[in-house]
Amino acid sequence: MFSRAYRAAVTLPPLLWVAVFLLLPYGLMFCYSFWSVSPAQTIVHSWNLENYRQLVTVDVYWQTLLRSMWIAARVMLLSLLLGYPLGYFLSFHAGRRKDLLYQLVIIPLWVSYLVRAYAWKTILGSDGVLNTLLQYVHLTRHPLEFLLYSPFAVVLTLTHIYTPFAFLPIYAALEHVPRNLVEASEDLGASPFETFWRVIFPLSIPGVLAGATFAFVLSLGDFLAPLLLGGPSGIMISNIVVSLFGAAYNWPLGAAISLCMLVLVVSLLFVSERLEKKWSFR
Amino acid sequence: MAAATETVVHETRAPSSAPLLRVQNMAKHFGGNVVLRNISLEVAEGEFLTILGESGSGKTTLLRIIAGFETADCGQLWMAGERLDLLPPYQRRVNTVFQHYALFPHLTVEQNVSYGLRVAKAPPAEIAARVEQALAQVKMTAHAKAKPAKISGGQQQRVALARALVNRPRLLLLDEPLSALDANLRRQMQVELKSLQREVGISFVFVTHDQEEAMVMSDRIALLRLGELEQVATPREIYSRPATAYTAQFIGHTNLLECEVKNGVARCHSLSWSTQAGEGSALFSLRPENVRLVTPGTALAGEGVRFHARVRHQAFHGATELLRVECADGLVFTVRTSGRVDLQDDLELEFRAADAVPVRGSGERS
Repeated sequence: MFSRAYRAAVTLPPLLWVAVFLLLPYGLMFCYSFWSVSPAQTIVHSWNLENYRQLVTVDVYWQTLLRSMWIAARVMLLSLLLGYPLGYFLSFHAGRRKDLLYQLVIIPLWVSYLVRAYAWKTILGSDGVLNTLLQYVHLTRHPLEFLLYSPFAVVLTLTHIYTPFAFLPIYAALEHVPRNLVEASEDLGASPFETFWRVIFPLSIPGVLAGATFAFVLSLGDFLAPLLLGGPSGIMISNIVVSLFGAAYNWPLGAAISLCMLVLVVSLLFVSERLEKKWSFR
Repeated sequence: MAAATETVVHETRAPSSAPLLRVQNMAKHFGGNVVLRNISLEVAEGEFLTILGESGSGKTTLLRIIAGFETADCGQLWMAGERLDLLPPYQRRVNTVFQHYALFPHLTVEQNVSYGLRVAKAPPAEIAARVEQALAQVKMTAHAKAKPAKISGGQQQRVALARALVNRPRLLLLDEPLSALDANLRRQMQVELKSLQREVGISFVFVTHDQEEAMVMSDRIALLRLGELEQVATPREIYSRPATAYTAQFIGHTNLLECEVKNGVARCHSLSWSTQAGEGSALFSLRPENVRLVTPGTALAGEGVRFHARVRHQAFHGATELLRVECADGLVFTVRTSGRVDLQDDLELEFRAADAVPVRGSGERS
């Protein structure tokens, strides 16, 4: 139907893009992860598993990885707890205000991530809005130190940033629940609460899975929020990777950690997609 | 004339006991659109009542008000001595079969059918027994473990029916349940549905736009037009004694004759017959099968009206043929005949004066 030249013209640019900016870097990373650095700070091109051994044996690496997952899990949970009721309200009870409210949820996404992270720094800092207020109303005498430079600050900021990402697929799934099923359920004697648990929630599970995956994966790889608000106790795995590729000049170890993250995230996406399929009925 | 038709309406199968459902002076509008105005209707215990109307007549809205999915602007609903319109849908002992079945896609056929009983916290043993019986009733036992997406439209229809009936409602509402089925299956389901209704003895309120379907299935038909009840009567009554020109035309074919009535005689072009209708201009409905070819030597019972006409058009319908015939003075009739005639034949035809039924014109209200 289409000429050979046309097909080549259409498919070649994206193929080139993927090859140059995706496959090539991944290939290089893969190679690097099996190489090492000499004391003279040069890359030694001899194949070994030393980097992967370090990842498992050196405490700071696997502990930070676990902490990152724990932070991501909390962000995921909080995003779902905020995003689901929001999506449910918008889809089922917002009436004519639906579009307006939807836009209000989306608008923060247009604001730069950096600005939002800095905003939390301003709020949580020892001279910040929150501490000043608490002291002003005499609830505390000294600034609360745990507010900033802690895992708490990271979880709070990431939840703020990624809740819309959890909300969107949940809202979409709820919008797709046929309203006549809700009527059928009530017609069969189910109260609104029972209708929610027996019909609406089960049919929205694919959206919940997609939203949870977004929140978890995006948080897991985040490095700006821990950099700005995490402090030493709130550091995440991406910060380590950044420093290994930068100041520490240990690209091989950085590549090994990155590859591990990649495998972890891709398998998560795979599992999530399988589960979503299992729970969709159309 | 109006008085005569009123008596006719009241003769139709008056419910023996108190009605199960009573709709009183129901009205509803959406925005500036009046959807229903002043609807009063009764459904007897065990009755199959069809709400018939074109799209936009308000028939689905009326059903949704009875089910509780819409609230009427004014008017009341009574079921067995209880105000129904004040209850939310899940507290009404009414079940609905939805137009597109509305089966729960994440539940099996069995789980769909048991839904109402599980919600009502019936004992598990009773649920199992009743679900099994309901599935057997609609011949779906073999598909108990299937998900709705895996069964055909007709089977989904049956499951929707079982899901509603298993709760033993006092009243079952059906919203164009057969409209998504193809013609053959539809006719088959009409028969099945009707015999099932007789078997379970539950009152059915059935909504359809298909007049044939309404005729085949109903004990009574309530014809709705632009939000108002045009006529409520048995299929036979509504067919042979239509109250209005709209009813006569909507249900079956008819000839509408514009007449002048003077001194008890109706005149239409060169034809005339005696009538009880009031003086002045009047409309008469005459069914095509009531116009017959004159067979020499036989006389019609009652007063006959004879005329000559030429065949202008024929439409073959199997057992019968619909003819368009034209009199010398230009009056055109539709005639149903089983005899063999040819185009341009000059026929002698007749009808009984009693078969020409006076009807109200459209827009006139009694």
